[in-house]
Amino acid sequence: MGTHNHHHDYNFSERFQFAGIGKILSLVGIAVGVIAIVIGLMSSDHIMVERTYANLLLMGYYFTCVCAAGAFFVALQMVTQSGWSAGLIRIPQAMASILPIAALILLLIVGLGLTTHNLYHHWHADGLTDPNSPNFDKLVAGKSTFLNVPGFLIRQVIFMGTYSIFAVILAKLSYKEDLEGGLNSYKQSFKLSAIFLVIFGFTTPIWSFDTIMSLEAHWFSTMFGWYNFAAMWVSGIATIVVITILVKKAGYLSWVNENHLHDLGKLMFGFSIFWTYVWFAQFMLIWYSNIPEETVYFYKRWEPEYKPWFWLSIIINFLAPLLLLVDRDAKRKQGMMLFVAILLLCGHWLDYYIMIMPGTVEAHRGFGFVEIGTAIGFVGLFTFLVMTKLSKHPLAPKNHPFLDESLHHQL
Amino acid sequence: MSNTKYILGSFADPDEMMHGIDKLQANNISIYDCFTPMPIHGIEAKLGVKPSRLPIAAFVFGALGTCLGFSLLYFTMAHDWPMNIGGKPSLPLPNFVPVTFEVTILLCALGMVATFFYRNHLFPGRAPRVMDLRASDDRFIIAIDAKENADHALVESLLKEAGAVEVKYNERKYVSYE
Repeated sequence: MGTHNHHHDYNFSERFQFAGIGKILSLVGIAVGVIAIVIGLMSSDHIMVERTYANLLLMGYYFTCVCAAGAFFVALQMVTQSGWSAGLIRIPQAMASILPIAALILLLIVGLGLTTHNLYHHWHADGLTDPNSPNFDKLVAGKSTFLNVPGFLIRQVIFMGTYSIFAVILAKLSYKEDLEGGLNSYKQSFKLSAIFLVIFGFTTPIWSFDTIMSLEAHWFSTMFGWYNFAAMWVSGIATIVVITILVKKAGYLSWVNENHLHDLGKLMFGFSIFWTYVWFAQFMLIWYSNIPEETVYFYKRWEPEYKPWFWLSIIINFLAPLLLLVDRDAKRKQGMMLFVAILLLCGHWLDYYIMIMPGTVEAHRGFGFVEIGTAIGFVGLFTFLVMTKLSKHPLAPKNHPFLDESLHHQL
Repeated sequence: MSNTKYILGSFADPDEMMHGIDKLQANNISIYDCFTPMPIHGIEAKLGVKPSRLPIAAFVFGALGTCLGFSLLYFTMAHDWPMNIGGKPSLPLPNFVPVTFEVTILLCALGMVATFFYRNHLFPGRAPRVMDLRASDDRFIIAIDAKENADHALVESLLKEAGAVEVKYNERKYVSYE
């Protein structure tokens, strides 16, 4: 626009130094996670093993979703030609860069869970699709053209592989732009982003049908894909908020200010409402029509062992962001944004917990060292990988065509 | 005593106008308002414009919508003629959410538009309040209250120095009323 002639003195080639307490904590987190998972898997109690698998699926899926949301964020900013986010785009890029690792871990969890019958046993067991077997299940047999082991695994590989390839290329193009300048990287990223968003938009619902909804294979909901997408997107933005604020508090990213935080806050606020909208739409239609094959899902989540969690999830994921972030000033305060972002990250853990546990361990749900340990382990792993990635490249894309717009962003 | 009410500095370039604001402020000359054909980042902060109170109006209209939507449903579905739909209770709160929500949005949106029109004199049939007709075309205008700032020569010289293409002495506030 050319209304500004200020000369900034930002050091765009500054790099994040990943060392000290943050690094130690992330490594301790990984160790705690490994210990909890090993104890859980070595247990002689098969319910404990199943519970560990359910937790691994929860955190593996959460981890992959957050990284995929990073890639989605990068692609979305590119396609909408948004300038405001250019100054902090390195954070979602770092998240996108580790998507392949997250995808491999989830693939391992899903594959092992499937073959050991700890996960997906509702549709993967002997004789379920054989009309002559006493185990024959007409509903599962009817779905088996889609929901079968080779198909399931192939889809997992193709979907997560495709997301990973796009995510890594999008991040690499931006790193290349730092060295070469010019508009080539930008133009290529724009095209790739547009293709990625179309693929991502159409395949994530199917991916969540496979990974999470098929845990209770009799039940189905076409809203489920969007519901999972909303959860993924909110938790992805909350993660970006947490990393941005913590990196800024450590003395970096001097060009990111309350205006950028305000925009992230709006996204976090808006998509928490969107999550509620999709969640409620799914709930209300099932409640209203009262068809047994559909209500069974909420019936299970209305059992005494899940009821308090059910309500807590709505309070954390809807009421808290609604009331805490509705004010303009709240979205511009680091402390408040950090608090709400961490609360939402916990809230969406709970959201996934309610999605996964009633379909796996059912009445044997628990909240103990396996849950906490696995969560800590994955948070440690995520922190370690993302921060290491972030420290390898400058914190600002100095040749990004919209970087100047980001510096002057004002709300 | 002159009859000048407002002095208008007309700029062809937004950077020069921003520069003009700095110069006037450095000389303790209060600026009445600025008019630009496009939004300029940072101008509100520079002029010390208070944040809009439109969100408060939005909240009030929204709350009114919530009450109206819910009352409508309560009266028609539960009070006046209790209805049994699918064996649900006659006060099925989850069912009330969508309609209550929609009426909230409707009143909120309409109320905000009405408030905005009222506040800016934009109701159909009203003459719009415009201090310089070219401010909506290609000029960037700084308006200075002539009564508050007595040294008109200084104002003019500062505006010209900053790059004003034209300085006008208007005897009435809104030229659009003519």
